Amino acid sequence: MDTNSDGRPVIEFRDVAYVLPNGQPLLAGLTVQVQPGETLVLLGRSGSGKTTTLKLINRLLTPASGEVLVNGAHTADSDVIQLRRGIGYVIQEVGLFPHYTVEKNVGLVPRIKGWPAARVHQRVEELLLMVGLDLRIAQRYPHQLSGGQRQRVGVARALAADPAILLMDEPFGALDAITRDELQCEFLRLQQRLNKTVVFVTHDLREALRLASRIALMESGRLVTVLSPAEFLRSKDPLPAAYMRAFGAGLDSVANRGDS
Amino acid sequence: MNLLHFLSQNHQQVLELTGEHLWLVGSSTLLAVLVGIPLGIVSAHWPVWNRPVLGTANVIQTIPSLALFGFLLPVPWIGERADRLAILALTLYALLPVIRNTYTGIRGVDPAVVEAGRGMGLTDGQLLFHVELPLALSVILSGVRVAVVVSVGLATIAAAIGAGGLGEFIFRGLAMVNNQLILAGAIPAAILALAADFSLGWLERRLRPR
Repeated sequence: MDTNSDGRPVIEFRDVAYVLPNGQPLLAGLTVQVQPGETLVLLGRSGSGKTTTLKLINRLLTPASGEVLVNGAHTADSDVIQLRRGIGYVIQEVGLFPHYTVEKNVGLVPRIKGWPAARVHQRVEELLLMVGLDLRIAQRYPHQLSGGQRQRVGVARALAADPAILLMDEPFGALDAITRDELQCEFLRLQQRLNKTVVFVTHDLREALRLASRIALMESGRLVTVLSPAEFLRSKDPLPAAYMRAFGAGLDSVANRGDS
Repeated sequence: MNLLHFLSQNHQQVLELTGEHLWLVGSSTLLAVLVGIPLGIVSAHWPVWNRPVLGTANVIQTIPSLALFGFLLPVPWIGERADRLAILALTLYALLPVIRNTYTGIRGVDPAVVEAGRGMGLTDGQLLFHVELPLALSVILSGVRVAVVVSVGLATIAAAIGAGGLGEFIFRGLAMVNNQLILAGAIPAAILALAADFSLGWLERRLRPR
């Protein structure tokens, strides 16, 4: 699974800036590396540049300056379609195709890649079971599913072509607390099994502490610091401290110690 | 009663003119779809084209139909035959609803769905044919429906330039001050319009995404 054990980063930002077409800067001076198999959580408030950072990885956005490297290759020089097919992408709104059944949604990329129908079918079933769904929903349409089921399908779809990298943009943000908790557990279980390189965007400190190998704290388009969950909890810096005040007591118990 | 009598006496001619009418409406609608849908796609994807394309279609719509027939008369090949001329004029009128609804349909696709598709590595063409067009289909079809219903009515005027169709009865009836003749053209035309409206409306509801 891990073809990249020499410690070379899977994703690397080198002094990256992003500016909107109207000239408004959204991101500046971003330098960060994501190591193979780790879950880097981008934590920050709305407008801090988290989603922008994510979209620079699969080139839904292109940097105004600086370089983004995926598997050692400059994304600017890569074939954008091939780049994206090697990266799973999950968003908060899920974005399932409403006119396709669950099976067709999950199997779309393998189908487009020309896999034979039987193999696509088998892969879809495997994925649905993997994300904890009943195979009976395979023939349903997205509007017939609950929010939690939809998001599971979204994750299954992102994993369909077995990408080594997974980008997740507040995937559990729109779910109720119990479903969110379930899916976070599921994520940790899956991650232990699949060992993908994950970049995960959230504004929820609890979620960050629970899922992250490392937390990249962002504010106003800049990366403030990168800390492990344990380091984050011990930090006396003003911004981490502000987050801990905002999210209150009991954070200690949720933090990912790297032993789960 | 008199009208029914007339229709049964002249059913051969009624059928013939209805056939001509369908030919005018059918071929012009087909052309409008073939030209209008691509134009709608272009204006939905490249905003610079939006104003010129929709603006032109809008302007065409404001030209009175008789005047448009007159303008097209000197056009080579087109002006040679009345039905060509009528079909082109009807096509031009049908463009606006087709273009506008294609544009609206594609712009109305949930941006999250488009972004998810793009993020998965769909090419622009795959995104268009697998996602945008299927999801816009019912809106596009409702534009086609409007175009057909309007064309059925407009095509009666084509008789004024000798292109045939049910307008023949209407113009003849007007000239002879014969209401029965007028109705013999108007009623089948109205039935055609209603039938087209109903069947395309049914198809549109079937195709509407949930």
